Formats: sequence, structure tokens, C-alpha cells
Amino acid sequence: MTIAEEKRVDHGSDDHGHNEPRGIYQWLTSTDHKVIGKSYMYTSLVFLLIAGSMAMLIRIQLTGPNNHFISQQAYNELFTIHGSIMLYLFAGPFAFGGFANFILPLQIGAPDMAFPRLNALSYWLYLTGGTTMLLGFFTAGGAAAFGWVAYAPLSSYTNAPGVGPDLWIIAIALTGFSGIFTAVNLITTAFYLRAPGMTMFRLPIFTWNMIVTGMLILIAFPILTAAMIMLYADRHLGTHFFTVAGGGSPVMWQNLFWFFGHPEVYILALPYFGIVSEIIPVFSRKPVFGYKGLVFATLSIAALSTGVWAHHMFTTGTVLLPFFSALSLLIAVPTGIKVFTWLGTMWGGNIAFDTPMLWVIGFIVTFVMGGITGVMLASPPIDFAVHDTYFVVAHFHQVLAGTAVFAGFAGFYYWYPKLTGRMLRERLGKAQFWLAFIGFGLTFIPQYLIGLRGMPRRVPVYLVSDHVTFLNRVSTFGAAITFLSFVVWLVNLYVSWKKPVKASGNPWDGHTLEWATTSPPAHHNFTSIPPIRSQRPVWDANHPEYADYLESHDPKGSKSSERTKKQ
Amino acid sequence: MKVEFRIYLGIGLFVLVITTIYLFWAREYGGATMLFGTAGLGIMPALYMGWWRKRMDPRPEDSKDATIAESQGTIGTFPGHTIWPFVLGMGVFFSALSLAFGAWTLVIGGALLIFAATSVVLESRRGGLV
Repeated sequence: MTIAEEKRVDHGSDDHGHNEPRGIYQWLTSTDHKVIGKSYMYTSLVFLLIAGSMAMLIRIQLTGPNNHFISQQAYNELFTIHGSIMLYLFAGPFAFGGFANFILPLQIGAPDMAFPRLNALSYWLYLTGGTTMLLGFFTAGGAAAFGWVAYAPLSSYTNAPGVGPDLWIIAIALTGFSGIFTAVNLITTAFYLRAPGMTMFRLPIFTWNMIVTGMLILIAFPILTAAMIMLYADRHLGTHFFTVAGGGSPVMWQNLFWFFGHPEVYILALPYFGIVSEIIPVFSRKPVFGYKGLVFATLSIAALSTGVWAHHMFTTGTVLLPFFSALSLLIAVPTGIKVFTWLGTMWGGNIAFDTPMLWVIGFIVTFVMGGITGVMLASPPIDFAVHDTYFVVAHFHQVLAGTAVFAGFAGFYYWYPKLTGRMLRERLGKAQFWLAFIGFGLTFIPQYLIGLRGMPRRVPVYLVSDHVTFLNRVSTFGAAITFLSFVVWLVNLYVSWKKPVKASGNPWDGHTLEWATTSPPAHHNFTSIPPIRSQRPVWDANHPEYADYLESHDPKGSKSSERTKKQ
Repeated sequence: MKVEFRIYLGIGLFVLVITTIYLFWAREYGGATMLFGTAGLGIMPALYMGWWRKRMDPRPEDSKDATIAESQGTIGTFPGHTIWPFVLGMGVFFSALSLAFGAWTLVIGGALLIFAATSVVLESRRGGLV
């Protein structure tokens, strides 16, 4: 290997010791944040397709009453691994490992991440962790089947014997360490490798959200890893942390798990909020409205999220209901601020409905619907009525899948030119969006009603007399349409690969520093960096007559809208 | 460093307040312990940065009107391509699998781990073309 002294801006040749290998050997040995970011992204998208196929099997099983498409054990394994992959291996790594790795150093004008070799190690831990989880299907007893939350005593050795659950525990521990390393890396990079003039309050919102997400990971993941070690000790070493017979407490598992689990929800969501906050200003041709408000809203979500874990445990009867209910309701305030700043950014802007912007609008609609039902669930009387029903399933799919899929694809279409130097096809992208948006609504809105009719989650069969057959059929039909949208996406990837449309360095007239370099960026990222005098250095450089630093911010952004009126 | 310091301090102090309220209202010690630890996760880095911030030179990235030229020259050393993180990852993988499949994978994993860890350290020491 080489250890090269790196300069922020590399004017000269690309040749001081960086003879990067190509192909599979590059994938195995690279410490370049862009290669690792892309590896993260493509790996997590493969996991998305695997877990999405599992969701289809689950939906087919639920198409009719008393259906026997798959066995009950297989059903339990499928929903466990579907949830585990989506939460641990797709939603988090896709944004926090993929986008953040690739985009964050570019946005702050850094040549690489602060610890490139640690970065590579995080990717390998993530990949091996994911593989370990899937290995469970090839063992004699099958994969883990106790739900992604692994509640005690269901996860004890008596109730979940075999190697599959152990593999699941190992997988979570490995991916947990991968997340912790990435968090350390990203925070250090953002704190110590910024370009001159890039003060903290000029950082792009995406970078801010990654810093806050990193802090949440450092709070939450060590507790999860500790809980996994305790669970393993209970299963194999004869300890009694979570068994009543030995003086332990099963509710303790829930406390530990959800102390990780609720910050985890924001660990999954905040990176995507960052993506959305990048895309809306670019496609509205305006600076982001209420920049500091957005930053403080993100910080308050992070701070509040540490004190809400037991709202998942209202029905255990062992938690302080008013405390957790009040803090959970409070989170709606900063989240509302975020939604209003997004709308405020669009307000009066010259909105271009390109594919990334369509996905963003789809995200806002889906997320607000899921968010409001979340406020309902934060109230204990409602939660007691609908706890563990399909109402909750619909709620968290609209919040999490709505965020990870819609905002994730928004980011994918937005940054794909930067990643590869090629554009994706607009028409196929729009077709994919509409299929996903309609399919998603058809899948999950009926599930609210199914839940209100009392169908519990995680059951493989229901009866004709439950009166949920029609709604379940609609939901399965919607899931099939959503599945179709992924086929369109794969076609889009194939077409753009076979008949490439070359992307310029700045195809969307972007605002932040990643658009100041070529697509895809060279090994050192930058050959020149424009002066950083506002939150939109690239906009300032490309439109000096409308630069942000010339006058104080006009909240309505009339600079740009005037410009379009003149035209 | 001022903003970085304040972010950590703010989160740490907020969680400390929450911890106090929770401890005296709920009287549940598992959650209070975790909250207290979380407060420490905010306050400890904040103290480090607060201490360090007074002892370091002002940085161009904290200045509103710094020019890019102010950080010309070398800003740090970065490793190029290297196989060792992959080998290290495989070592961790096989060692972890021993928890499910028994000690024999630990032999492979342990050997890879020691080999890769040594190589990574040597690589950093030597530098240059290896």
C-alpha cells in the first residue's frame, strides 16, 4: 500500500502514488470513500431486494383467509428477517454508510474520510454481518423466528433453539460495530476536515444530519451490542438476565432493546431528512428556508429521542405513562418544524418537477401520514387499543419505509450522476415513482383499517369471520404494484448502463460543494474549490449576481424567483 | 471548535436534566442508569473539546472569511489501497462465527486477526510504498 500526503486541492497530475487497482481487487482493497460508499449503497440495495421479496411472500400468504402458501415457521422466519434486514441492513447502511460516505467528504471539501482504513473495515463488518444473518436460512433449524425485536423469553434457548438465532445475534453485533465505526469516522471528518470558510453554520443540512445521526449511533448501538451479549450469555452460558426463573426480568430486555430501538428510528430517518433538505432547495431554486431552525430541530429530535424508549412498552404496565407520552408528543414539534421548513423552501420557488423532486414530494405525503398516526400512538389510551395490531404496522411502514424508500430513491436519482457520471432516464424514473407511490398507498392505508378491525400483527392466518379479507387483498395488490416499481428501477439502471447519457459535473444546478467537481470525482475529489461565503458556495460561484453573500437572506428567496420572472 | 463543543455540551446537559426528572418521578433505576450514561456520552467529549479549543490555533474552517489558499499544502496523510482491512474483517467474521459453530472457526479467525492487525500496524509504521 501507499501512504500519501494529501492536499485539499490537487492541481497537478493524478499520479503521486495512487495507482488504484481496478475491478474486484479495487473493491477488496480500496480505502477511497467514494468506492466504499458505492459498495455500501449497492450492497444495501441488494438487501432491499431480498427483504422486499420476503415481504411479497408474506403478503401472498395473507391474500386469503386460512391460506397455506407457506408454513407458520417459515412465516415467522420471513417476517423476522424481513424486519431485521430492512432496519439493520438496508435503511441505515444505505444512507449512513452509502450516501454519507460518498457525499459528506465532498460536501465539506475534504479529500477523503478521516480514517480511510477504518472505513473499509466498517464495510467488511457490514457485509459479513449481513451474510451471517442470511446464513440462518441454511441451518437445520432455520433462521431466527422471534421478530426483529427478539423479545425475551421468546428468544431464550428453550423457545428458540438452534444455530439460526445465534447467527442473528452475531449479525446484529457485527453490523452494530460497523455502524459505530462509521459514526466515529463521519463525525471526525465533519469536525476536522472542513475546507477553509466552511464554518459549522455553513455546512449543508445533509452533513448536519449525518453528524447528529452519528451522535445518536454512538448513544444507541453500544447498548444494543451489550444487550446482544447478555442475550447470548442467557442462551449459552447459563446467566439469567432475562429469565424469571433465575431472578432476571424479561421486561429488562425490552428496556434495553428500546433504549436502542427508538433512537434507531431517528438514526434511520435523519439521514433521509438530510437528503430531502438538499434536494428541495435545488429544485425550488431557493436557499433552504430557516436553516438554523432546521439544524436545531434536528438536534432537538436527537436529544428528545433518548427519553422516549418506553412508548413501545406502554402495555407492559411497568412504565411511567405520562413521562414517556409527553416526551413522545414533544418530538412532533421539531418534526413539524422540519416539514414546515421544507414547505417554506418550496413556497414561491420555481419548482422543477424532475424525478428527485417527485420522490421528495411522495416522501412528504407518506411521512406526514405516518407521522400523524405516530402522534396518535403516543397517547396511551389509543396505544392500549391498537398495540400490536396492523395499525402499528401501517404506521411504522409509512414512517420508515416511506422515508427510506421515497427519500432514498430521491437521493439515488439526485446523486446518481455524481456517483457514476451517467444520468438515469427521467421517464422511467417518473414511471417508477408513480408505481411506487400508488402501490405504497394501496399497501399500507388499508392496513390501518385492518388494524382497527383488530387483526394482530405477526399472525400468518385469519378467518372469514374477521372481515379483513378484502382489505388484505387490496394490500397484497398494492404490494405487487410496489414490487413492479422496483423492476422498472432495475430496467432504468440497465438502460443507463448500456446506453449511457453522460452527466456534467453539475447537472441539476446544485448548491453544495459536491457539484464543484467532476462526475464522478477524481481520486482526490477536487481540482479547485470555489470560495465558501455562504451555505451555497457552488450557487454563488455559478450565479455571482444572485450570490447569497451579496445581501441578507430574503426568506422568500425572491432573488431567484425574480430572475425567472424576468426571463 | 466552539460550535462542536456546544453541540455535545447541549445534548449532554439536556439528557442530564431528563435523567434527574426521570429518576425522581419514575424511580426506575435501569432507565435512569442508561440515561445517566448517555449524559456522560455528551459531556465527556464536550469537556475534551472545551479543553482543547483553548489550546489550539484558530482554524481557517472556523473563520467566515478564510480563503481556500489558507489550507494549501499537506493537510494529512491518507493510506492508499490496502488489503488489510478486508483480512481484518474476515478475521472478525470467522471469530464471531465461532459463537454459533464452535471453536474451530476461531482458529481460522484468530490467525487472520493477529496476522491482519500486525500488518496494519506495520503498514502505518513503514509508510511509503510497501
